Amino acid sequence: MDLLDPLLLARWQFGLTTLYHFLFVPLTLGMSFTVAIFQTCWFRTANVKWLHLTRFFGKIFLINFAMGVVTGIVQEFQFGMNWSDYSRFVGDVFGAPLAFEGLMAFFFEATFIGLWIFGWDRLPKALHLATIWIAAIGATLSAYFILAANAFMQNPVGYQMSADGRRAELTDIGAVLSNRVVLAAFPHTMFAAFMFTAGVIISVSAWQLARRRNEVMMRSSLRFGLWAMIIAFAGTFLSGDQLGLQMVATQPMKMAAAEALFHTACGADASFSVFTLGTPDGTHELFSIRIPYLLAFLSEHDFSACVEGINDLNAQYAQQWPDLAQQVDGSFAPTLWITYWAFRWMMGLGGIAVLVAIAGLWFTRKGAKREVPQWAWRIAIWSYPLSLLAILVGWVFTEMGRQPWIVFSLMLTQDGVSPGVPGWTVLISLISFTLIYAALAVVEVGLIIRTAKKGPDPLPDPDAPAADRHETPTTVY
Amino acid sequence: MDLAHLWFFIVGFLFVGYFVLDGFDFGVGMSLPFLGKDDIGRRQIINTIGPVWDLNETWVIVAGACLFAAFPEWYATLFSGFYLALLIILLALIARGVSFEYRHQRDSLRWKKGFDTMIVAGSAVPALLWGVAVANIVQGVPLDADHEFTGSLLTLLNPYGLLGGVTTLLLFFTHGVYFVARKTDGQVQQDARRLATWSGLLTIVVAAAFLIWTIVNAEAAGAPLLAVVIVLAAVAAVLLIGSWVANLRGAEGWAFALGALTVVTAVLTLWFALFPNVMPSATDPAYSLTIENASSTDYTLTIMSWAALIFLPLVLLYQGWTYWVFRKRVSRSHIERAAAAH
Repeated sequence: MDLLDPLLLARWQFGLTTLYHFLFVPLTLGMSFTVAIFQTCWFRTANVKWLHLTRFFGKIFLINFAMGVVTGIVQEFQFGMNWSDYSRFVGDVFGAPLAFEGLMAFFFEATFIGLWIFGWDRLPKALHLATIWIAAIGATLSAYFILAANAFMQNPVGYQMSADGRRAELTDIGAVLSNRVVLAAFPHTMFAAFMFTAGVIISVSAWQLARRRNEVMMRSSLRFGLWAMIIAFAGTFLSGDQLGLQMVATQPMKMAAAEALFHTACGADASFSVFTLGTPDGTHELFSIRIPYLLAFLSEHDFSACVEGINDLNAQYAQQWPDLAQQVDGSFAPTLWITYWAFRWMMGLGGIAVLVAIAGLWFTRKGAKREVPQWAWRIAIWSYPLSLLAILVGWVFTEMGRQPWIVFSLMLTQDGVSPGVPGWTVLISLISFTLIYAALAVVEVGLIIRTAKKGPDPLPDPDAPAADRHETPTTVY
Repeated sequence: MDLAHLWFFIVGFLFVGYFVLDGFDFGVGMSLPFLGKDDIGRRQIINTIGPVWDLNETWVIVAGACLFAAFPEWYATLFSGFYLALLIILLALIARGVSFEYRHQRDSLRWKKGFDTMIVAGSAVPALLWGVAVANIVQGVPLDADHEFTGSLLTLLNPYGLLGGVTTLLLFFTHGVYFVARKTDGQVQQDARRLATWSGLLTIVVAAAFLIWTIVNAEAAGAPLLAVVIVLAAVAAVLLIGSWVANLRGAEGWAFALGALTVVTAVLTLWFALFPNVMPSATDPAYSLTIENASSTDYTLTIMSWAALIFLPLVLLYQGWTYWVFRKRVSRSHIERAAAAH
């Protein structure tokens, strides 16, 4: 293996920087709405508890938001830097949703977040409340456009090939923005983002409650987090099911790879393996736990459906694209151990996260006889990474499962890389990003933990004179 | 004029917006060691752009995305060709952005000093390199028949490119110092005025040399809009001198406004010198990327035009309103009160 292979390095850089960026995106999406909801509660009830919760989770939100902003620019730049031939090929189609994101979503988000942070004492209360809602909606729209661009890579629609075959040309923007993949991927991404946000709220509240601090406020936020987790899980589950159907319809190889299914199987034979042990080379199965019919059901919502296997799909694709088949040595399948395990970890981790929340509701129910034991708090505190890990392996599954294509059915990943950029240049960039990202992760996590442990400002003494209660705080950097 | 030409100027407008807005952010960042005598002073300076630096930076993301959508070939050649320069800019912008947000999170002086250094470096490096990049685009770089850049980072560090870099560095510095003068009070404001007198003078000399060189290049390359280039360059020079005079007379609002217009006209000078190319090839003019051969299809440009037509005015409106909301000066006493309350 050539260590200075630009393709390999460019792929590592994209994977690393994108996953790293996505450490911050879910919390931005979910926490912006959470903070908006808390502030709305304050606006409507005038109960200062909600103001302090808004400020407290707002701080955590902003520490995280800054990282999302600065790592986001890299995303847009590196399409051109590392993937110039890809950019030339898809720019006519793929650029539009990115430009829309900037014009219609990102400007809103960036402007109104500044107004929210510094506007506490400068805007009327209702207007100030509106700024956080606009920022949250801006972030959500932004996610939609990006996912629409990504959906084109999974399932290209709304285009035609140019006369010279050198590029894909946009013919129907409506089709691109209503791609069946994005219609399922968007709710899936949003609900999963709310799961992680709920996980953070649960964890932070549990840490405070385990030490009996700020109990009035933290009990509210804990219950909010627990319910949010359960509702978000339901949404993630249902939209994930829909996304699975779209995946089978548009990228059958990905589903075959998710199950490592070599031969087409129908009905009872289309089983879903919860767990498999194979020989080290992956050719023979030694042991597995299987649920018959489940794969058929997941694929088409039909217990008797047939699920195409990798071998049959490869034969089919080799006929369809004989030239490309040579380039990929006859295999249009992704790396199976990655897709197989990523798919399972995604579902498993998400499942554990919701179990923690259900247990949490039981422990903190009204009329519970005994106090929540410390071990239960500890589990709640340490459960926050579960949904984030599920999200990350979910993306690994989605994007590794797309391989060897960069745009499914149109362009191979190996053909998208920048032809003029030498390997050592990409290596310098990969090392720089790894180092700076690692350093920033330490600072960022440290700041969030510090803020979380410090807790919200304590509630004012109800007997204190009104003048001593600062209801409209000022922000100064 | 067809849609591709229109988009050449819309992309130009977005970059003008970026350089005007983030330009003074860079200047404010670079002015920290000169104007921030103590922590209160430094916080005063940083808070002048606290609410707006993010929206200012967003202009480059929108400009980049529109460049990608409207001119995929330009985007692909430019970003892969100027790889290392852009990498350094990205690293600098990352360092600067987190520093604005994290500096105030802890009270330790060491913590703050570290982030101050990152703000200064993270502002100076892009201020320099954006100028180098744009000057090189206009001058032309080695491109082969496939529109692939065949040079290296060192190719960009030629005399004209470097002069372009020093020009933007000084221009943004002075532009930012005017902004500090306009937005603060007390010692910081007085120091800013004095500093701008000196940096403004230096900027005038360097920018004049750069603008003249740009005109000479444009004439040699047979730029079709040479007359416009000359007029714009002249207007830029007059505005720059005007801002310097305004500062001298203590009219810091005028100084800043004229400084902003200087950036507008200077970037437009380069844009018109570039026309109708988007990346001229120094290897062979036949290999040049032009508005015609780098643009997207009419369908894509039509959709993009509608989006820009509807949303750009809206963006200008709410961003203008944002600046109006934060129009008050960041006074020393305001920071002191906030520090005490903390």
